[in-house]
Amino acid sequence: MHTSSAAAHPEAHPPDHGHDDHGHHELGFWRKYVFSTDHKVIGIQYGLTALVFLLFGFVLMMLMRWQLAYPGKPLPSSELLRAIFGGSMVAPEGHMTPDMYNAFGAMHGTIMVFLAIVPLAFGAFGNYVVPLQIGAPDMAFPRLNMVSYWSYLVGGLIMLGSFFVPGGAAKAGWTSYSPLAGISDTALSNPNIGFHPVFNGQTLWLIGMVFLISSSLLGSVNFITTIIQLRAPGMTWMRLPFFCWAQLVTAFLLLLAFPPLEAAAVMQLMDRLAGTSFFMPTGLVVNGAQVAISGGGSPLLYQHLFWFLGHPEVYVLILPGLGIVAEVIANNTRKPIWGYRTMVGAVWVLGFLSFIVWAHHMYMTGMGQGVATFFQTTTVLISVPSVILVTSLLISLWGGSIRFTLPMLWATAFLPMFGIGGLTGLPLAFTFLDLFLHDTYYVIGHFHYVVAPGTIFAMFAGIYYWYPKVTGRKLSTCLGHLHFWPSLVLMNGIFLPMFLQGMGGMHRRWYDGGAAYEQVSEGLLHWNTFMSKSAWLLGLAQIPFLINLFLSLKLGRRVENDNPWDATTLEWATPTPPPHGNFDKPVTAHRGPYEYSVPGQPRDFIPQNQPD
Amino acid sequence: MEIPYTVSARQDTGLWNAKIGIWLFLASEVMLFGGLFSAYIFLRLGAGSVPGYVWPMHVLNVPLGFVNTLVLIGSSVTVILSWAALKLGEWKNFKLWMGLTLALSLTFLVIKSFEYKAKFTHYGVFLKSGEVITGHHLHAADDHLTIVPDEGHGHGAAKGGHGETGKADAAAGHGAEKADAGHATDPATLKGVSRQADGSLRIEKSEVFRYANHGPKYNTFYAIYFTLTGLHALHVIGGALVLGYFFFRGHVLYQKAPEHLANRVEVGGLFWHFVDLVWIFLFPLLYLL
Amino acid sequence: MAHSPEEIRKHVRFYIGVFGALLVLSAITVGVSYIHIGPPESNTGNIAVGLLIATVKAGLVAAFFMHLAGEKPLIYRVLLFTVIFVIGLFGLCIFAFHDDIPALF
Repeated sequence: MHTSSAAAHPEAHPPDHGHDDHGHHELGFWRKYVFSTDHKVIGIQYGLTALVFLLFGFVLMMLMRWQLAYPGKPLPSSELLRAIFGGSMVAPEGHMTPDMYNAFGAMHGTIMVFLAIVPLAFGAFGNYVVPLQIGAPDMAFPRLNMVSYWSYLVGGLIMLGSFFVPGGAAKAGWTSYSPLAGISDTALSNPNIGFHPVFNGQTLWLIGMVFLISSSLLGSVNFITTIIQLRAPGMTWMRLPFFCWAQLVTAFLLLLAFPPLEAAAVMQLMDRLAGTSFFMPTGLVVNGAQVAISGGGSPLLYQHLFWFLGHPEVYVLILPGLGIVAEVIANNTRKPIWGYRTMVGAVWVLGFLSFIVWAHHMYMTGMGQGVATFFQTTTVLISVPSVILVTSLLISLWGGSIRFTLPMLWATAFLPMFGIGGLTGLPLAFTFLDLFLHDTYYVIGHFHYVVAPGTIFAMFAGIYYWYPKVTGRKLSTCLGHLHFWPSLVLMNGIFLPMFLQGMGGMHRRWYDGGAAYEQVSEGLLHWNTFMSKSAWLLGLAQIPFLINLFLSLKLGRRVENDNPWDATTLEWATPTPPPHGNFDKPVTAHRGPYEYSVPGQPRDFIPQNQPD
Repeated sequence: MEIPYTVSARQDTGLWNAKIGIWLFLASEVMLFGGLFSAYIFLRLGAGSVPGYVWPMHVLNVPLGFVNTLVLIGSSVTVILSWAALKLGEWKNFKLWMGLTLALSLTFLVIKSFEYKAKFTHYGVFLKSGEVITGHHLHAADDHLTIVPDEGHGHGAAKGGHGETGKADAAAGHGAEKADAGHATDPATLKGVSRQADGSLRIEKSEVFRYANHGPKYNTFYAIYFTLTGLHALHVIGGALVLGYFFFRGHVLYQKAPEHLANRVEVGGLFWHFVDLVWIFLFPLLYLL
Repeated sequence: MAHSPEEIRKHVRFYIGVFGALLVLSAITVGVSYIHIGPPESNTGNIAVGLLIATVKAGLVAAFFMHLAGEKPLIYRVLLFTVIFVIGLFGLCIFAFHDDIPALF
């Protein structure tokens, strides 16, 4: 029986024989569990890899929060940290150096966005669930799917490896703005460190990004083609589960928004390796010396190309989560989601608008009124479909027969958390307010609310919801509560004070935690210790989850049937776990995705594939 | 386990999977080259505000570029003729046209390599005073450079703002004046520059701000030229590898499922036409305008 | 795509015709670039003409070699949005470039 840990625990279980009747030979271990073209194995590979990166990114942040709470104090286990990360990162006295703070900050962002959330939301959940929900035997291009995963893994390993080269990982922010990113981690920026011309943190970051972007591009081609072409008979567009709509729009965002960033990454690599001046302005002076380059380049050009992706990217981060929450809410309220058709329209409008709002990240670059007004208008407009989506999900709770299962806890908590994140984004849309709030902790609070107690909660909802289908066992409810409640409280402990700090003027990305401007931020700095302690406790609260994930494989309650949640969508119509090819008989969809509590029916749900 | 619609079309969309796949991929490629073209626009517009920097025009080999344009368009025709031959079941013609396509792609790359080499062996020395001396056969010693200068140059088309003492505008104004001058100043009269017996110039490194061949780092025009044409050439190579695979190994699939091979050749051909399409825009933008 | 052999042969003759048109247009592209068009000081006239001819050539390649003429609506929709977004990228970048706050020093 395939298990979720098959990729990670090779010694575990005997292979599944369900596909012998197709007359093809038994695959060896490597072709079955490592170089697999089966979307389910690939989905699990994405999921496990992403969770490892999520943990690593979290550890980086927990170390950063030490510096913010106790500036200049020696880190715990400083000797070990110096051995791992090098002498330029941990000072002889044991405290974090500014380089370490900046490197951890840049990599925390990069890892969370590109190596954890997108691969988990899109790569893992998308790969595993979408073909099942549309009634397909696999993705349209299985071998391309495998290439996507390996490209992601290679990019991720390059990013990880960058911590261990002389000078450490990239430290010019997850945004990697030029001209800093053009000269960072080179002899020009610091002749004392002995940076390698190619194997330095900033260059490796760019090379890693090229692999990650390529992985996403290939993945999105696969998703779109699959959803269009491989829907089972009867699975019309308006019978698609909302999760699939969300993934389809996400795929289009990745397909069309990533390439300009790939172009920018290539150009920034050329600036670093070939001495070009794409983004290097004329007259650049570094450490007192004029840089011997042609100049004539534009740092703003980089920002335009970066944020052209950067903005759609944040919708890539949230949409799959919204899809998961929709599925879990419908299932656990025993009624269809409210406003399905409107939600489908809203998600397309959101996707379209996301391409023309990007410069709201650039209000402070000296834009004139015309272009600033344009972007302000589109940015405020884009809040409309977002609000429609969240409100529809909220209204979906009304009159429902709510079962507070673990997935439902996460999904319900998502709604107000994402609501706070979204609402705090509104002031940032306005140029005159952004003047004050840009680059402050207010921004950090806003976007973390959306991704941390927002998307990550949705991810947990998905894990708790689909784990039984993948493994045939349920996750422990007790450990689940130990995971959920502290996480909910502590997320707010970390991020709510950030709004206060930001409105008080506290600047982000500062190594000293705001101490240099103490006369301005005096009343706000004390929050740092409270927030840091919340972060460390949040780390502890994830331990029940990690235990649960692995222990339940062996000790979890077995599911009583293939559809333990009494759900309607097609992934629950397969054997548990689904074999290669997914459906043992060809499947047809006869009805919509959320036929719960239909009057006059014997049960409170009708599976999509049940004939009339 | 068979993936449906790999060869035959799905009823409601009228398309088979790889057709959609390749068009989606081409859409992303449009965005990729679009990103580079927007860089071109930005850098060209921006050159106007850099003192002493005039966006180079007509510095590339137009006859070679024109020949390459015809070569690529020709290969676009031959690849579609090879697909048509496959659909008609004419195996020999398929090999003929596909072989011709590969030969033309190789021709394109060879011509491109000559163009690149010409640029890589042509140098420019940017003096701290703002003048530029261009020429060939540059040799760098510890304290000086020697170069065989081009005929009739001496116009200071250097970027401004690189004076040692930071008197950026003064240096820029100086350089720009020289650019407008239009008459050739004898470079040997410049500070730190002397003419040697064999006609070459010796330039003291203390007077040199930077020197480079006409590769990507020469100025932003060359940066975007090499990046655009370089990425394009990589796509030519990639496309040629795929088409080459059909040429050399196509017979295997042709025996089993000729319709499947025709579909794959069509998909490869679509990529090839896209590569041609990009060049149709690259050529005028970089060589002519 | 069900094509009969006669249809394909007819298409082949057509492809050769398009090839001829492309050769002519390429020659025109080069020739016209040596004639100055538009306002005396600026290059915009020549750029506009050059890009126009390039667009026509690209259109021919796309419509006939890439079979876009008579392709399915789904492909048109994907390409339509791609074109909208590319024009958005160009247009908004150019807009942002020209619309800025004048430097104070």
